[in-house]
Amino acid sequence: MTQITKIPVHEPHTVYIKPSKGLAALNLRDLWLYRELIYFMVWRDVKVKYKQTLLGMAWAVIQPVMTMLIFTFLFGKVAKLPTEGIPYPVFSFAALLPWGLFVTALNQGSRSLVAHNNMVTKIYFPRLILPMSSVFAGLVDFAIAFVILLGLMFYYQVTPAWSLLWTLPLFLLLAIVTALGVALWLSAINVQYRDVNQALPFLTQFWLFATPVAYSASVISEKWQVVYSLNPMAGVVNGFRWALLGAGGGPGLSLWVSVGISILIFVSGLFYFRSMEKTFADTI
Amino acid sequence: MTTAISVHNLGKRYKIGAAETKFRYNMLRDVIVDTVYAPIRLAKAIVGRSDRRMNQNYVWALKDVSFDLEEGKVLGIVGRNGAGKSTLLKILSRVTEPTTGTVTVRGRVGSLLEVGTGFHPELTGRENIYMNGAILGMRRAEIDAKFDEIVDFSEVSQFIDTPVKRYSSGMYLRLAFAVAAHLEPEILVVDEVLAVGDAEFQKKCLGKMGDVAQQGRTVLFVSHNMSAILRLTQEAIVLNKGQLIMRAPSQEAVDFYLSSGQSQAGERIWDADEIPSSSQPFTPLSLKVKDKNGKVADTVRSTEPVMVEFEYKLSSPVTGLRVGLYVSTMRGEYIFTSFDTDTPALYEKFDSREAGHYVSRAELPADFFNEGRYILGVNASSFGVRRYFMDENALAFNVDISGAPGTQWGEPRVGPVRPRLAWKIEKIG
Repeated sequence: MTQITKIPVHEPHTVYIKPSKGLAALNLRDLWLYRELIYFMVWRDVKVKYKQTLLGMAWAVIQPVMTMLIFTFLFGKVAKLPTEGIPYPVFSFAALLPWGLFVTALNQGSRSLVAHNNMVTKIYFPRLILPMSSVFAGLVDFAIAFVILLGLMFYYQVTPAWSLLWTLPLFLLLAIVTALGVALWLSAINVQYRDVNQALPFLTQFWLFATPVAYSASVISEKWQVVYSLNPMAGVVNGFRWALLGAGGGPGLSLWVSVGISILIFVSGLFYFRSMEKTFADTI
Repeated sequence: MTTAISVHNLGKRYKIGAAETKFRYNMLRDVIVDTVYAPIRLAKAIVGRSDRRMNQNYVWALKDVSFDLEEGKVLGIVGRNGAGKSTLLKILSRVTEPTTGTVTVRGRVGSLLEVGTGFHPELTGRENIYMNGAILGMRRAEIDAKFDEIVDFSEVSQFIDTPVKRYSSGMYLRLAFAVAAHLEPEILVVDEVLAVGDAEFQKKCLGKMGDVAQQGRTVLFVSHNMSAILRLTQEAIVLNKGQLIMRAPSQEAVDFYLSSGQSQAGERIWDADEIPSSSQPFTPLSLKVKDKNGKVADTVRSTEPVMVEFEYKLSSPVTGLRVGLYVSTMRGEYIFTSFDTDTPALYEKFDSREAGHYVSRAELPADFFNEGRYILGVNASSFGVRRYFMDENALAFNVDISGAPGTQWGEPRVGPVRPRLAWKIEKIG
């Protein structure tokens, strides 16, 4: 019995396999052919993340809220850091939002190749998909936390900066590009040197102190502002506060420094990743 | 005829680092020295001048391999372990890049190497079908269209919405295979898949492979199972130490492989660092599988007796020593256990052994093993006193069943043994 099913016929295309020399081409065509895989990987990560947990999706709320409460107590009540007139909970939560996205993306992305080593050693697919989908999977938690922020703003009667809100997606993009750029570097290095696993918790912690999440960037003196913005996450966090709450001075030279650094990390990461890609299956 | 695969001067070189054993963390001093050097190593690694490179050895897993394969042909690939079979398949399926040479492949390559890759235990059967399909390069529309067929083939339709972590290993495997089998690539690559699953399922797999070949698609089939190679392929290539040494009609290639000592992997030698210090005074040296001509062999014929030799040293006298042999299937089921002092006469004579160099030999009878791959384990102990040495997975060997009872029917038989029974048939009415 033969079943005749209409399936999308695809023309056999010819593939040439040869040793790649120098910086491999980005091969965006393959990435496009495998676009559905990105979707499925993200979907799987989201679906599996809170399986067999008691609190499930609530963790996406508990984590940033608890951090916010600790910050509020330590830096808001005890240390009484300046917040430009905004209630401290809202002030810190607006920064914890992109920071949480960044940390999740950085950690999951950097471990993605090693975590999926059975895929890497058994089948072909554009390896870029692994760090990419780990980074995108964090967006779901981000969306949930965003709703909490809206609730907080309503509770503290903080009016959003309506006229600036349209820039928010741009800062979100900057956060994603930064996280992906760092994840590309670290995931590729992690294939050969598992030191990355050891360094990640330390890196995350250090990076948090270097980013104005718990405090306002205005405590940094004027002449250090540009040096400070070499950390692209400073640009992201300041941008979020500005776009949401109208806090801070808005985009200036330091933002463009952050954007430049972020793009530099991303593009160099992309090429480093691609040039190491051919050895992944052998060294992982 | 169109050429489906064209391989030209293909080579693959692997690094084998030698300097990694420099610091063995046996002493605190080593740890401290290693820590002090860490920043220097890091700096060297980043600028790409790893100090390991100096002591590095290279090994060619594949060298100067060239062949063409026409569309619709089924090609067998045989060779002992480490001959480069898997490396060749990995290059063809683009998992790893060649060091030299080129390959031109016309069409999608699907391999059964990847059965179950990307399966997540928390996802249901249905979800995993989509996930796995996407990983194998199928479009969503394609999976939708084949979904029912995949479920039917896998025989797990009842549990399709259950997380696969609740599946038995057989169900899990059937589902995974079903997805891979429905990928419908232009070129199918099969590697040793027959080693897994129950006999019923293996039959289905072979059937699927036959279908694929009949539909005019190209198949590359790697197996240690010579009768499967003969049954399923018309032509085969023989690889040895990374080089293609023969391409011939399957019967000729298999005979060459079995008779030329190509299959000479049937030997295990223990290096000093593989032996735990706790095994003293017992030191294992080697374990060999020999065919009836006394040659070390990786593949032996079921119709001939097989000699197993275990060589070892005793650095001081041992009382009550018995040296044992375990034989198990690839799935880890034991077939039998036997000790060298099982018989009373030998027990009297060798219960106490002086220091010295020994070999314990056993002949495994002809007409005993069924086709497949078997694992030899060894053990040295004094009953109730102490176990000196144990390696449950010391050596694997293949059994070829050409000429064994019942081979006139080309079907796999269940069970690890295939005895030649003295059947009598009488007409009693």
